[in-house]
Amino acid sequence: MNYVERLEKVAVLGAAGKMGSGIVLLTALEMADLSLEPGNRSRDFALYAVDISEPALAGLLKYLRDQVRRAAEKKTVWLRSVYADRSDLVENEEMIGQYIADVLAVVRPATRLEAAYGAGLVFEATNENPDLKVKLLGQIRAQNKKDAWFLTNTSSIPIHELDEKAGLGGRLIGFHFYNPPAVQKLVEVIRAKSTLPELAEFAAQYAKKLRKTVVPSNDVAGFIGNGHFMRDALHGIAEVERLAPEFGFVDAVYMVNKVSQDFLIRPMGIFQLVDYVGLDICQCILKVMSDRSVGADLRSPLLDRLVSSGAMGGQFADGSQKDGFLKYEKGRPAGVYDPEAKAYVPFADVGPRCDERLGPLPASGKPWKSVIQTVDRPAYLQGYFRDLRATTTMGADLAKRYGRKAKEVGLGLVKDGVAQKEDDVNTVMLTGFYHAYGPVNAYFDE
Amino acid sequence: MKKSRRKVYMAAGYNTISLGTGRKEFHPKKARPGLEDYIQEAGRGVLAQAGGGKNVDEGVIGNFMAARFNRQGNLAALIPTVDPDLRWKPCTRVEGACGSGGLALTAAIKSVLAETADAVLTVGVEVQNTVKAIYGADILAGAGWYRGERKAGHAYFFPALFSDRAGAYFEKYGRDKTRRAFARWYRNAVENARLCETAQEFHNTCEDLEALGLTEPNPRTFVDHLNVYDCSKVSDAAAGIAVLSAEGLDRCGISKSDAVEVLGWGQVEADLTVPPADPTELETSRRAVQKALEAAGIGLDKIGTVECHDCFTISGLLSIEAIGFAGKGEGADYILAGKTSRQGPVPFNTSGGLIGWGHPTGGTGVRQAVSIWQQLTGKAGKWQVEISPERPCALSVNMGGNDKTVVAVVYRRAA
Repeated sequence: MNYVERLEKVAVLGAAGKMGSGIVLLTALEMADLSLEPGNRSRDFALYAVDISEPALAGLLKYLRDQVRRAAEKKTVWLRSVYADRSDLVENEEMIGQYIADVLAVVRPATRLEAAYGAGLVFEATNENPDLKVKLLGQIRAQNKKDAWFLTNTSSIPIHELDEKAGLGGRLIGFHFYNPPAVQKLVEVIRAKSTLPELAEFAAQYAKKLRKTVVPSNDVAGFIGNGHFMRDALHGIAEVERLAPEFGFVDAVYMVNKVSQDFLIRPMGIFQLVDYVGLDICQCILKVMSDRSVGADLRSPLLDRLVSSGAMGGQFADGSQKDGFLKYEKGRPAGVYDPEAKAYVPFADVGPRCDERLGPLPASGKPWKSVIQTVDRPAYLQGYFRDLRATTTMGADLAKRYGRKAKEVGLGLVKDGVAQKEDDVNTVMLTGFYHAYGPVNAYFDE
Repeated sequence: MKKSRRKVYMAAGYNTISLGTGRKEFHPKKARPGLEDYIQEAGRGVLAQAGGGKNVDEGVIGNFMAARFNRQGNLAALIPTVDPDLRWKPCTRVEGACGSGGLALTAAIKSVLAETADAVLTVGVEVQNTVKAIYGADILAGAGWYRGERKAGHAYFFPALFSDRAGAYFEKYGRDKTRRAFARWYRNAVENARLCETAQEFHNTCEDLEALGLTEPNPRTFVDHLNVYDCSKVSDAAAGIAVLSAEGLDRCGISKSDAVEVLGWGQVEADLTVPPADPTELETSRRAVQKALEAAGIGLDKIGTVECHDCFTISGLLSIEAIGFAGKGEGADYILAGKTSRQGPVPFNTSGGLIGWGHPTGGTGVRQAVSIWQQLTGKAGKWQVEISPERPCALSVNMGGNDKTVVAVVYRRAA
């Protein structure tokens, strides 16, 4: 099977989930674009969007309609050439409407795993649960008639382990999108020793067609992305535990979150990011990593306690943010969880005293959004971090500790053989987490 | 053209702001004023200076595509919403694509000349931010020949037509200098707009406008030979002006020093179904300007300022040649020598033009007349240029479609 044949019948497992829906979108666009090429018009491209939840599949279709329209509006110049022979389509609006119909026609929602039995390519994007993944992959392997290739979106489970346990014989590769897949440029590609070379070639071509930035990660639990993020988050939690006796838990969470966003110029504070990913998901990933002992002490009793008390994070079906470490109003953090009182304390009650304690940003400080639009970003960052290093407020000190820890984690990933080089770690954080700079830098060096 | 049988004046002009990207108060997801609001603001702005609706005999409204942008037809019947005293008076809506405003002016002028009216409220309006640009491009493509041109046309239909003109011009006269002239045109437009608080680019703070103007065109996402800075933006705006006889001026209590006299005008139509014979020339515009100058009985040496139809930088450049300030192929040099800037001998588009002030398509012709009235009567505020006694006249050129419907008007401060 060549590239086009491989993509003629595709199944996505966990299709209506946060990652699955993005994977369905990008893959369906690619399949529809192939179907519109003159040589492929007689082929029936089908993407089986498999998910156990019917309501979630209905939500998926709505998401796809909106997102495909956006995509179509951006490539209307091309659509006019694609539909040049369609005399019934004259205006942009008509062609965009047709394209939406063509893409959605590729997508066949299904609630049963059998839908994947005829697929030449299976994209697995289910929960981060090794047993579940092994079971699903193994079942499809046993029933599939096409010697399917498997891509898994796992963000932490070693590929060789899934391959062996599901008996895939090298027909599996890690293809880890970042959330949301339609926006984040990064794909971490994880090739196990057993992975077929042809499958690796296919994955490279597919990533290129999707215009993604590929970073290869070695096949070690957590890979580069979570290898960094989890340790970065654990540092945030450790800082909270260090500061809590003096300032109280709520104040400590507020301060560490604020420092990691404003002082470190990141798109979100560390606890907002943990909420975004979901505390339960973070818990699963930490478990996967610590079970495979890729690092010492990758556990957080605090996280476990919060999850069991129901502060979960993650998103509602409509994409809005659930409360976790923080409470959200209109998508923005508005309060901090107090585990003692099992209630959220509004920012208005903690913010002023914490902000005063932290002190102001260095005068050259700018929000993340404006920094990523700065033309000469490296020069700006040099200047800002020079100012930060010269500042001795509590906020600046916490930021410096954080920055040094992030660098230490980044270097550790290279030393431990997870990342092949420092640049790969930086690329992951820049393109998968939308950071303004990579963690391996000299900004915090003393 | 027959000599006019009576004198025609314009006065009491009013421009709303041009709302769209670039204005601080514009947010695509926030509610905005509608078509009616713009018509009423501009109409009332005129009537406040003309003694109210009771002094007006007739209304004319120029608009291009409200039927699609706003799902609204029968615009003539929106004129009485401006003032109850306009009810039961004759009103007309005219349409000639982006030349609709110019047609509104000539329709009003003709009514005054026919002595069926002494005071005509003339409004031009377009509210276009109701749809995204990619769908707006469909609507604006209606200024071309739908059955003959649209299917084979580009996603961005009009930018592509003028991109083709730019490409032909590059081929004939050189790309590098022409692109630099485009960038200079963009800079002049924005610098002028920064002085005029109703302009869409009033809030523009870019430091190096020419560098931005020199951005390489990207044919994959846009068109071959133009970038977005070469194009006027999507605008919501209205403009209004009173077109009057001498009796009308008296009745409205407007002194001649606050009015401009229409010395001459030219209205020319080309065949919508025939492509331009020479894409590097705006032939219809040239003919309209010639007629207007002949009717006024003056030469270009008397023109002190110009409002030209720079829907794209290339149309600004070609306008210079069509008007006759520069010979064919010499427009780029003319621009690069600074002659169209506000320090030049004949400043062009002193409030920013279509690229700087904004381009509410069907309203632009009236907006140009208002800008010239402000400039000639000393009401232009920070964007005022000096009008010398040697060059006391002004010229506006309003173009609909790909140089199909053109109205040129020559003005002088009334005495």
